[in-house]
Amino acid sequence: MMSEEDDFDLNDLDDKELVEQIQDDLYDGLDAEVTEGTEILLARGWDANDVLGEALVGGMKIVGVDFRDGILFVPEVLKCAGAMKGGMKILRPILAESAEDTSLGKFVIGTVKGDIHDIGKNLVAMMCEGAGFEVINLGINNPVENYLEAIDEHEPVIVGMSALLTTTMPYMGVVVEEMEKRGMRKDTHIMCGGAPLNQEFADAIGVPAYGRDAARSAEMAEEHVLSLRKKRDHR
Amino acid sequence: MIIDKKNTDKTKKRLVLGCGALVYDLLRLIKQNPSLSDKVNLQCLPASWHNSPQLIAPGVEEYLSENSHLYEDIYIAYADCGTGGALDRVLEKFDAKRIEGAHCYEFFAGTDVFEQLSEEELGTFYLTDYLVKNFNRIMIKGLGLDKHPELFEVYFKHYKKLVYLAQTENEQWQKDAQQYAKDFGFEYEYRLVGTGSLDVVFEEIDIQPLEIKD
Ligand code: B12
Repeated sequence: MMSEEDDFDLNDLDDKELVEQIQDDLYDGLDAEVTEGTEILLARGWDANDVLGEALVGGMKIVGVDFRDGILFVPEVLKCAGAMKGGMKILRPILAESAEDTSLGKFVIGTVKGDIHDIGKNLVAMMCEGAGFEVINLGINNPVENYLEAIDEHEPVIVGMSALLTTTMPYMGVVVEEMEKRGMRKDTHIMCGGAPLNQEFADAIGVPAYGRDAARSAEMAEEHVLSLRKKRDHR
Repeated sequence: MIIDKKNTDKTKKRLVLGCGALVYDLLRLIKQNPSLSDKVNLQCLPASWHNSPQLIAPGVEEYLSENSHLYEDIYIAYADCGTGGALDRVLEKFDAKRIEGAHCYEFFAGTDVFEQLSEEELGTFYLTDYLVKNFNRIMIKGLGLDKHPELFEVYFKHYKKLVYLAQTENEQWQKDAQQYAKDFGFEYEYRLVGTGSLDVVFEEIDIQPLEIKD
């Protein structure tokens, strides 16, 4: 039996209600509904950046808070991320066209050597893309060479490393050292994250920014770029 | 033995505070050396913390704050278990010891064997007796695969192999583990590794040398 809620039309909602509905649908992991809502906002003349920021990223932030507070668990977060991906698929080509003026720069991210956990890393990648970065995702099990090559090739503003195992987190130090040796740290900010890490560990291996979750990490990345721009403008 | 929360029996000098996932293995070790049960008070914390390691260090700290004064010494039947050093900071505070290693898969198999297995195939998922026995609850329901089987790809995209690191010889569990590997489409390997260095939590307590059998 269909409940009333099942057959109500997203088109009937005003903009504010629709944004809230998309956030709710994203929270419930409803892929098709998030996609439809995204399309409706675009059809109403919304800027793709605003759809992304307000509806999708806004929704994912709520998910992040409830995950942190133990209300949502990994499977639910994955369903939410899947729903967000649906919306991003539509927005990505539109955003790419206008990328020149809105991009915050390139963000290289990967899980370090010996580790194949990638859920958190992929969430960070998605939220950073949502914040306006061009994300280059190196995937899992990355030896230092992969990071160095990606830095040479893409000249990212930020390199992010992820580790979920106590045995693989120290490898981040190896990457930091090699970047240092090659003088790459001047132009490339480094971020790290993963459940067993903390600020203290980041300090110990010389990584300036530890991101505790995807939303905060994307904010920190954005703040870094904005502060760089401010400094540049002052000169 | 497990319920003697307040250690009313003052002759029990050592507290062994362990992960709930290890309780059967710890009890078996004690059964093999009955004299241990007079000296050790075994307490276990929820096995479910395995997937929420941020709860482990605070949980251990809470227990030890209330009970540590009742014992001469304390062993924690945990490895680091993804606490990223937080557990060690608590142990230092209470002068307690834990099992060396990153996780139970490592201390069951032994570091060398575990490293060799990872080198052979990094995309290996490990099972223990506990995980085989509780596979449906922890792996299927715990990861939400019962409700959302489509998440399988997200979790296990990079996995190719399943290795059952067995503590005891149990034909049914071997069959089950093999079936799980088949269901997941993974290669399968069985290794009877026993309880590895789990027994260190009882060391130096007994004059009798510990006899570790499976
Ligand atoms: C899900 C999970 C898995 C999944 C992984 C699926 C995948 N594709 O990634 C599966 C089930 C496959 C798995 C396998 C294993 N796992 Co596992 N796993 C977990 C679990 C439960 C959650 C991790 C997770 O995805 N969390 C959700 C995400 C959203 O959070 P997150 O990863 O922390 O990421 C957030 C932040 O940390 C941050 N962040 C993350 N990366 C980055 C990067 C940057 C640059 C920044 C800024 C921020 C950032 O933002 C993210 C988003 O909010 C953890 C326990 C835990 N709660 O941490 C164990 C855990 C990490 N696993 C562990 C272990 C031992 C294993 C196995 C060895 C178990 C086994 N039986 O074989 C294997 C690994 C085998 C191998 N060959 O390496 C241990 C590690 C113990 C240790 N000492 O290190 C843990 C801690 C569980 C435990 N207590 O034993 N695991």
